Amino acid sequence: MIKAILIFNNHGKPRLSKFYEHYSEDTEQQIIRETFHLVSKRDENVCNFLEGGMLIGGSDYKLIYRHYATLYFVFCVDSSESELGILDLIQVFVETLDKCFENVCELDLIFHVDKVHNILAEMVMGGMVLETNMNEIIMQVDAQNKMEKSEIKTRHILSCIPQYKIQYHSHHSCHYYGDLTVPLFQCTSRIRDH
Amino acid sequence: MALKIVKGSIDRMFDKNLQDLVRGIRNHKEDEAKYISTCIDEIKQELKQDNIAVKANAVCKLTYLQMLGYDVSWAAFNIVEVMSSSKFTYKRIGYLAASQCFHESTDVIMLTTNQIRKDLSSPNQYDTGVALTGLSCFVTPDLARDLANDIMTLMSHTKPYIRKKAVLIMYKVFLKYPESLRPAFPRLKEKLEDPDPGVQSAAVNVICELARRNPKNYLSLAPLFFKLMTSSTNNWVLIKIIKLFGALTPLEPRLGKKLIEPLTNLIHSTSAMSLLYECVNTVIAVLISLSSGMPNHSASIQLCVQKLRILIEDSDQNLKYLGLLAMSKILKTHPKSVQSHKDLILQCLDDKDESIRLRALDLLYGMVSKKNLMEIVKKLMLHVDKAEGTTYRDELLTKIIDICSQSNYQYITNFEWYISILVELTRLEGTRHGHLIASQMLDVAIRVKAIRVFAVAQMATLLDNAHLLTGNMQRNGICEVLYAAAWICGEFSEHLENPMQTLEAMLRPKVATLPGHIQAVYVQNAAKLFATVLKNQEGNTDSTTAQETSQLMIERLPLFVQSANLEVQERASCILQLVKYIQKLQQKDIEVAEEVSALFAGELNPVAPKAQKKVPVPEGLDLDAWINEPPSESESEDEQPKAIFSKEEPKHSRPRHTEVDEKELARRREARKQEQANNPFYIKASPSSQKVYQETAGVEHIPVVQIDLSVPLKVPGLPMSDQYVKLEEERRQKERAEKKKKEKKKRKEKRSGRGKKHDSGPESEEDITPAHMVDIVTEEMPENALPSDDDDKDPNDPHKALDIDLDKPLADSEKLPVRSHRAAEVVKSPTEDGEMESVASQEPKKKNSKEKKEKKKDKDRERKKSKDEKKKKKHKHEEKEEDLLRGQADEPVVQSEETSEVVAPPTSTSAEVSDLDFWLSTAPVPSNTQEAATVAAEAAPVPEAASGTAPASEPDEPKDTEMEETKSSKHKKKKQKKEKEEKEKKKKKKHHHHHHHSDGGGEESVQNGTVEEEEPLPPMSNYCLLAENSYIKMMMEDADQVCDIQGNLQDGSQVVVSVIFENKCDSFLKSMEFNVLDSLNCKLQRPEGSGPHDGLTVPFQLPPGVSNEARFVFTVQSIVMPQKLKGTLTFIVKNEDSSTHEKLDFKLHFTCTSYLITTPCYSDAFAKLLESGDLNGSSVRLEGINMPFHHLLARICFHHHFSVVERIDSCASMYSRSIQGHHVCLLVKTSGQTVSIDAKCDEPTLLGNVLDEIKQTFSQC
Repeated sequence: MIKAILIFNNHGKPRLSKFYEHYSEDTEQQIIRETFHLVSKRDENVCNFLEGGMLIGGSDYKLIYRHYATLYFVFCVDSSESELGILDLIQVFVETLDKCFENVCELDLIFHVDKVHNILAEMVMGGMVLETNMNEIIMQVDAQNKMEKSEIKTRHILSCIPQYKIQYHSHHSCHYYGDLTVPLFQCTSRIRDH
Repeated sequence: MALKIVKGSIDRMFDKNLQDLVRGIRNHKEDEAKYISTCIDEIKQELKQDNIAVKANAVCKLTYLQMLGYDVSWAAFNIVEVMSSSKFTYKRIGYLAASQCFHESTDVIMLTTNQIRKDLSSPNQYDTGVALTGLSCFVTPDLARDLANDIMTLMSHTKPYIRKKAVLIMYKVFLKYPESLRPAFPRLKEKLEDPDPGVQSAAVNVICELARRNPKNYLSLAPLFFKLMTSSTNNWVLIKIIKLFGALTPLEPRLGKKLIEPLTNLIHSTSAMSLLYECVNTVIAVLISLSSGMPNHSASIQLCVQKLRILIEDSDQNLKYLGLLAMSKILKTHPKSVQSHKDLILQCLDDKDESIRLRALDLLYGMVSKKNLMEIVKKLMLHVDKAEGTTYRDELLTKIIDICSQSNYQYITNFEWYISILVELTRLEGTRHGHLIASQMLDVAIRVKAIRVFAVAQMATLLDNAHLLTGNMQRNGICEVLYAAAWICGEFSEHLENPMQTLEAMLRPKVATLPGHIQAVYVQNAAKLFATVLKNQEGNTDSTTAQETSQLMIERLPLFVQSANLEVQERASCILQLVKYIQKLQQKDIEVAEEVSALFAGELNPVAPKAQKKVPVPEGLDLDAWINEPPSESESEDEQPKAIFSKEEPKHSRPRHTEVDEKELARRREARKQEQANNPFYIKASPSSQKVYQETAGVEHIPVVQIDLSVPLKVPGLPMSDQYVKLEEERRQKERAEKKKKEKKKRKEKRSGRGKKHDSGPESEEDITPAHMVDIVTEEMPENALPSDDDDKDPNDPHKALDIDLDKPLADSEKLPVRSHRAAEVVKSPTEDGEMESVASQEPKKKNSKEKKEKKKDKDRERKKSKDEKKKKKHKHEEKEEDLLRGQADEPVVQSEETSEVVAPPTSTSAEVSDLDFWLSTAPVPSNTQEAATVAAEAAPVPEAASGTAPASEPDEPKDTEMEETKSSKHKKKKQKKEKEEKEKKKKKKHHHHHHHSDGGGEESVQNGTVEEEEPLPPMSNYCLLAENSYIKMMMEDADQVCDIQGNLQDGSQVVVSVIFENKCDSFLKSMEFNVLDSLNCKLQRPEGSGPHDGLTVPFQLPPGVSNEARFVFTVQSIVMPQKLKGTLTFIVKNEDSSTHEKLDFKLHFTCTSYLITTPCYSDAFAKLLESGDLNGSSVRLEGINMPFHHLLARICFHHHFSVVERIDSCASMYSRSIQGHHVCLLVKTSGQTVSIDAKCDEPTLLGNVLDEIKQTFSQC
């Protein structure tokens, strides 16, 4: 079972949090902070597994994470999940995001958490892996987006439906975060065959 | 209206959407909180509007804020509103918000039940999908109970997208509502073989998750999983299954034997590291379960270790980590094979990656032996010195202690060495594990008597140098050690060289800075020491020294009497008075030493930690019973628990300095800060521990500078543990030399007599003798302690509730609650015969208890209670049933078969249990896995086989042509088959037995969604009498709808007929042969190679009074017409003296309904079907029907295999499908005693016949 999926950036700012068990908002923030603390102090070339923190899990749980450009993707899982399998799943997740957002970067996640949630919902459900086939995931996500579009269109509402790729140039001023448009997914990252 | 819409849209234009919110937050870095609070106000306004689009937008923003840590539960109701929008876009937003912030105590969840149900049955698959996804996050026990049945129907939805989600969510439903597990399990199992890989994977996922917690209940699925493992190519599924096998093998070693071969093949063949790793893991689990025996398993171990070594040596840190992880599992059972890789593991200790170092440490734990313990610990001590982070150093410390203390200090040969290691560890700065070291010191000193002299000496030096340990009170984790030191010195003071000095050390003023509980031990043990000193001194002639000692005590103890710690104070004042009294006596020259030491006489023995728990409860003592009458309700309410020492002060009592109000304080603080900032001599606060001081008023003037002790703490006079390593080495060498000498002598002696003896070779474990006699005092246990050790289970584990036997056939009471349209009406079913009356009379009582149960559940969620209740209820139920049984003992067996359809799935699993043994005992696995798969497929009674083809005829079919390859194997197999048959027979008997029991209570059959009322229905049976004579009675079940659609798409239409043979005479019936005269349209399936007129041998014999069931498969070409077949049963009646050949003719009647399969259908699909216009209509009227409407529906469902699509008052739509895919739709209406049935079907002939049959059914009753 997957207990939680967290995405935060190099400074610990949450970009997505999905807990499959209930915690209070405060505890959730604490968990994110703690996880960030654990993960961020690790070197680039060490293993991607971490024994869980105090707050989340226990001896049976592990943090499995990957670091892409400015973002950390962290899965907290128990021993029923295969470690390497989850690593691959993270890869599939990021690749799917990359396909859906066309060259995904942190800004996409900042402005479209809801979309990321919807994509994730096609992969993991209630803490269990639902689908690992990227094409299937993208197909379902696309079909739902199409439905959404058609619904809005028929209602002729004068609102601007957020396009997938919005103009980011106006936000470039914030230097604090570094370059948020760095594509997360590079062709060089390993893809272990599965 | 139009204006309103326009207004809404314009409003919408000015609303912030999520992107605007995010942008706004990013533009307000400095006052983010303020900005967000204005946003929340806006959102609150938006939520008040009627426009659902605006609401959805607001909820979407709330979801984002929730991620940032804002509590949005106040908007729960609005979220529900958005969830119930008809637009998918908004619905999705609503469900997402709900899944992020709803939980069990969110009260609006109660309101969602109907909405979710609606969404689940929505014609749009994505509505359903979104509802399932949301539900998976916030399902509560109530939702689970109410929706279990709906979700279960979705498990057989036409769309795989829905199926896989429904299957997956069942796990959550089981967790919240364990009662649903058994009714839903057969279908879940079916999904293991779903054509869609996603659904299959989901089912594997769920079952693996279930089995991981309660593996023993899932052993019977092993053959099925084995088949999947050898056939699947999906690595995700494979990994899950292989992991599952890892959990199952410890329970069934035979399974392990079967697994090794295919797993090894996978290890060799796969290129996916993840799969390879899991295979290795499971092979390890298998090897562990097999423990010893099989010699060729050493090859498997070698293979695993070798593969793991490759992983560990890999440059990929992930593989290295996992390699070490798996290695530690091998270690437990096969330490030898891991120990040879010690070099590699020690190397990993130097890895830069902490996770890897920790794993390597774990491995060391199991690698120690008497021989290398000192060496390994020495290496670890080096690491301790080098380690920079305290967490890693603490981990090292605990590991050192774990390694040394494991299995009762098994590997320690020299306890002096161990004590000095412990003392060395006290030098660690800032460790959290002072208490761990302390408890080790205590444990060793108490349990190893021989070491006490040494330990006491060491502890005395520790006490003497206590200031070094406690130099900085902030690091007081380590001062726990002094607790142990003081206690050891006091308790074993007779071993002290210079007790006076130690006593002095224990009474130093500095001690008062130690934590209270340590001071208390100091005081108490000072008294013990005092007793010892007195004893020593009184022997001398000089009495002044003794008096001086008393004087010392009297001078120093008042310090402790003033202690704020209650314990210290109490002990100190007691002892002070005692010493004062002693001093008085001493002044009178009275010898007191004897009496004083009597205070502390006797030895304390170690007690096992679980000793208390293991004391058995004496017979006749009920711990739960009240000793006195329980106090009445009113009394207990008034009474407050009384505080023992003082009344609890009210919480809001103000501190002393309340005169100064908050504002004033703040002003002063501000002024002070200003002053400090301007003062160049003021040491500015750094964000360290000093900050704490600044918060408390009054102290902050004093600049606190932490003095760092950079000088390593070397306690003078302590022997370094390294010396011991050397000494030990020398000692061992000496010992060896001596041994050799002795042996040589022996050999010399022997040489003269017999031949030579083998050389002693390298030193083995047993050769190392401990340095001095070590007697580890075993811990005391109470007399007649219970040997059980299973007290480690957590009673709160939610998975405990899922420990449910799945192989037991389903009882009638076990079914998922089905929604009813109306509140259940109290309708007394008109009684027709005695039997029905009995059922009816039973009804109100049962209902009562059911209602009670419901109420109880609502009242308190304590599952346990309701379970108890249920148990009681069940018990009662059974009793009633028995009564009923006695009342109608002469009832024909026919009645008992009524529930057969319902029970069918579980019985097939129960057949599997016995078959598991069979499966496991089949000949050794063929080398080729593919072959193994086929064998398994044949042997394993896959549901297809169990239902699609007649299992009874299976043994006769000579389909295993390859079996004839070797005669011996054939022989073996036959034998096994015989066994299997016998087992099956036994099962069958049980099965029948069960029916008898369920007879009385059999009110309704659980056919998904067919029966809607909770009221009892008259018993129904599909079995009818086929033929009967004085010897035998044959009963046939209406040709069953067992065939699944898949099957008949490929090989035409099959119908399975179950026939019960009952022996009515006193003789033995054998050699039964069943034969049917085939028609053009309908043929009995006969084994290959037999002619069209040959009979089928019934695969069992019947002793007197026994009945058994056989199934026969028929192939039917056209199903639109009913069919009658003539048949004969021939058999031999065998008496003690004679045997006669007998024959019985019968007619098999294939009705058109028997070609119908109960298929659930959704109202929307049903509507579409009717609209399509492809169907021809027909109708029929039934007069004088004198039964409640739901009975009528149930009858149609049961006898004619329909399912209810929808029911509104006295009108219902029903659906069924023929095995050849014809749709049959019914609209049943009732008014008074007239029932009209309008029907539509794409095959008019079939429809006509079905209607005729329905009419006939109702004309009979």
